[in-house]
Amino acid sequence: MTFSTDAADNITPMTTTLASEPVTRPPAQDPSSLELASYGDRVFRWLLTLGALSIPILLGFLVYELWSGARLAVDKFGFDFVTSSTWDPVAEEFGAFPLIFGTLISSVVALAIAVPLSLGVAIYLSEFAPKFVRQPVAFLISLLAAIPSVVYGLWGIFVLIPILRTTAFPFLRDVFGFLPLFQGPIYGPSMFSAGIILAIMVMPYIMSVSREVLLAVPDTQREAALALGATRWEAVITAVLPYARSGIAGAVILGLGRALGETMAVTMLIGNRHEIAASLFAPGYTMAAAIANEFSEAVGDMHLSALAYVAFLLFVVTVLVNAGARLLIWRVARGSGIGSKAL
Amino acid sequence: MNRRVVRRFVSNAMVGLMVLAVVVALLPLFFILADLIVKGAGSLSVDFFTKMPAPAGETGGGVAHAIVGTLIIVGTASLIGLPVGVAAGIYCAEYPGSRLTWVTRFVADVMNGTPSIVVGVFAWAWIVATQKHFSALAGSAALAMLMIPMVLRTTEEMIKLVPNSLREAALALGYPRWRTSLAVVVRTTLPGIVTGSLLAVARIAGETAPLLFTALGSQYMGLDVNQPMAALPLTVFTYATGPYEEWHRYAWAAALVLIMVVFVLSLGARLAIGRRFNLNG
Repeated sequence: MTFSTDAADNITPMTTTLASEPVTRPPAQDPSSLELASYGDRVFRWLLTLGALSIPILLGFLVYELWSGARLAVDKFGFDFVTSSTWDPVAEEFGAFPLIFGTLISSVVALAIAVPLSLGVAIYLSEFAPKFVRQPVAFLISLLAAIPSVVYGLWGIFVLIPILRTTAFPFLRDVFGFLPLFQGPIYGPSMFSAGIILAIMVMPYIMSVSREVLLAVPDTQREAALALGATRWEAVITAVLPYARSGIAGAVILGLGRALGETMAVTMLIGNRHEIAASLFAPGYTMAAAIANEFSEAVGDMHLSALAYVAFLLFVVTVLVNAGARLLIWRVARGSGIGSKAL
Repeated sequence: MNRRVVRRFVSNAMVGLMVLAVVVALLPLFFILADLIVKGAGSLSVDFFTKMPAPAGETGGGVAHAIVGTLIIVGTASLIGLPVGVAAGIYCAEYPGSRLTWVTRFVADVMNGTPSIVVGVFAWAWIVATQKHFSALAGSAALAMLMIPMVLRTTEEMIKLVPNSLREAALALGYPRWRTSLAVVVRTTLPGIVTGSLLAVARIAGETAPLLFTALGSQYMGLDVNQPMAALPLTVFTYATGPYEEWHRYAWAAALVLIMVVFVLSLGARLAIGRRFNLNG
């Protein structure tokens, strides 16, 4: 593909780069200088190809290492691993159901809080906000994404949890106590605390991606609705949001992907117990948190392998979730890099 | 008439709700920053940056080992990750028709969404398990892997902003393609690539999860990348979850230092990018 091919192959990508222009390199006739140039081109392209190739190779390597690490546990537990609830390092019996359950529930709680907020902000910033507000607010919210996870955890332990335990949780239990979700004793570290911190953490992602999607909606959509006499809100509801629908769904799913794999803050707030409880006030565990807590202390090979199995499952799930999000976003803004930049 | 009033009212009410959403969304930012400053700034002193931690229960001391450790780990990660990311980014921008470009871009997106803890397990299996001991190098490898897709994307986006006429001018003057790429295209976007790299460095500087079972953390000053090493995020984690009041104070101060580093890097990068290329929309 690189070194072995002749000059003709080197020209092909160039013509695609400059598709609209008639300019291409003249056919190689003057051997001395052109040969030198084409030699430089080959070395250059070879080096770049090396860089580009290393990425798929790295990922392949990652999948291989995870899989071979998980092999022991996969052979022993098979697919029952996903449905079993025992986690006993001494007896070397492992089942990840409480972890998967905790991961899902904490992410769902996070999305339930983050989605309305971030959509509100995104719609406001792209459709209503005065110009001088847009940049600063988007910028401030992107700062939230720059705060390291462990700092969220620290803040959660010492500020958020005390507040929640003394005010918000008792209030919720008094008002919504008839739901099993809000019953039982109130611990500080809990599924709900973790969900709230996760909500704060994924909000900037959902916000910025859906804002980019909304900005990609053509102005003709808005103008048409306004021309028919719609108020600005009605224009958003009837013309802008339906157009951006799949992209916004993509943004939400991207946020889900982030929430599923988030580790440090959740580890510090969720209570870390291999249990399944109906109440959101009870502690739980997530896949990422279990790996973070137990990996460096695991002694038995089977324990390590079970954790690698969890990592492998987490990887597969996040890949699927992210691929789905990407496809949805591309429906609105085809081929764009929305959502794949460093925030 | 009446209906129009209702419709206008609904429209305004929704805008009001959205403004409320903006306020609620920004509250955590202000609270977190304020708490960090209130609880952390008091513990910052010269000692904090230059001394080793005091034994548990005693006061005084600092986190010099963690600051040095973070510099070494992040520096090594950048040495590995930046060249690969930039090269791959140039490839994707310069050969957009190639099949490898499509694959690389897709895989980079997949890697970008991979939880950092999974990358940590990978680095563990790859380096720690084969060497049979924890090492800062394994942590750097994990961080580099997190960095590559971000650098790739920013590099690619930056290069795509270069007008084709610039390329054509260089090619028409007889520049070979590689010189056109390096001396004209990359050179024009160099500030953008540098700031994109800074952004990626800022992102990985605060990563904790991939370091938990690679660099592991340490109580001593270490300069050897083949040994376990302390890092600021790990220090925040250990001290925050530890039992001592004194440790908690350290955790706040270390978190304040960490966030200042991250913010200075990403603010600087963002302002530079925004001004030069107006990428922020």
